[in-house]
Amino acid sequence: MPQKKISIRIDGELISALEGQTILQAAKANGKYIPTLCDLDGLTSVGACRICLVEVSGSERLFPACTTPIQEGMSVTTNSPKLTRYRRISVELLLIERNHVCAVCVSNGHCELQTMASALGIGTVGLAYNFPKLSIDMSHPRFVLDHNRCILCTRCVRVCAELEGAHMWELTSRGIHARIVSEMNEQWGKATSCTSCGKCVHACPTGALAEKGWAVEEMVKKIDAVTSLVHRRGAQV
Amino acid sequence: MKKVKVATVWLDGCSGCHMSLLDMDAAIISLGRKIDLVYGPLVDAQEFPEDVDVTLVEGAVSSQDDLNKVQKIRQRTNILISLGDCAVTGNVPAMRNSIPVQKLLQRIYVDGADEKKGVPSERVPALLKQARPLREFVKVDICLPGCPPPSKTIVGVINDLLDGKKPNGNLKVKFG
Ligand code: SF4
Ligand code: SF4
Ligand code: FES
Repeated sequence: MPQKKISIRIDGELISALEGQTILQAAKANGKYIPTLCDLDGLTSVGACRICLVEVSGSERLFPACTTPIQEGMSVTTNSPKLTRYRRISVELLLIERNHVCAVCVSNGHCELQTMASALGIGTVGLAYNFPKLSIDMSHPRFVLDHNRCILCTRCVRVCAELEGAHMWELTSRGIHARIVSEMNEQWGKATSCTSCGKCVHACPTGALAEKGWAVEEMVKKIDAVTSLVHRRGAQV
Repeated sequence: MKKVKVATVWLDGCSGCHMSLLDMDAAIISLGRKIDLVYGPLVDAQEFPEDVDVTLVEGAVSSQDDLNKVQKIRQRTNILISLGDCAVTGNVPAMRNSIPVQKLLQRIYVDGADEKKGVPSERVPALLKQARPLREFVKVDICLPGCPPPSKTIVGVINDLLDGKKPNGNLKVKFG
């Protein structure tokens, strides 16, 4: 049965979209940009980062575009001073929670968090830095997991489970104690379910997952390889 | 025309921000006509002067001496600029922050030393528990992130201030 078409407005412009699509999917299909960090084309959306917040007329609260389904007659605003303020807060919280030392990071210059901070004009943060003591897992022969740079977007978890089918990564604990863990909290290098495909590394928006052997600024992620694989396989999410 | 008094300060940083400031090529000639460099690693003055118009601070606040300095500088400066990632975020100097100071000094000056083992105690300022960004101690008027911030950005901001313009939120910023 063909999907029903419905009409919504995005920034005042009337567009037609498919029932069941999220605001983000409808926006993308119509060439409208909404900033995102945790969302990755072709994977399930989880609404972890809150960068994609949009305003929906008739409601005071803000909605994550990546997880909110469209409804007939909905009117969405993707950009406003209020949204910029909230998006900034979200990025600032990510920057202070762990240790983002861009100057010595493998992903410096190619990092989605760093780029998002610049795009939002963040030249300093308003809150005190947390400076937590975090570990680095170097046990895998080819890859590194550096918790200092992780923003808990769970792209690695989803790409491993949904695209590679290995489901090696998981999330443990809650709030500020939450961590990405490999195979039942085993060292990555000892994880038998890891196929060493590297999809998680290339799906990771920051320097948290990287290939070994690269110096500062040298880790360039092949994000397009991941998303084009999704489309070529015709993954339905 | 009265020259604008500018000071620069080097706290816990690598001096890269000062290098970037100096990297302005010919712009230094026209800037030199409009400003008086009254204090900093590039000039001789021993004491931080009263009534400075603009002060650029490089580096994180890392020792008791740094903290005393920035408090005095804040009192004596009209516009205080946090120059570079160390001053703005803590950056590389802050990578020591999860290690207790005693353990850190022991590792470097005793375990890591080949000769003259021992933690220095005289004529060196005591380290603070953590190296932290400038704005956590004093009010900062402008933040210029970057490691280092591009020379053009620094000169642009100084020139804006000389023209009486407030460098606005459209300033291009990037950490790292
Ligand atoms: S992961 Fe990105 S934001 Fe974090 S230190 Fe590396 S470059 Fe900077
Ligand atoms: S390791 Fe990377 S992909 Fe995984 S949750 Fe952290 S930032 Fe996201
Ligand atoms: S992209 Fe929607 S919450 Fe992260």
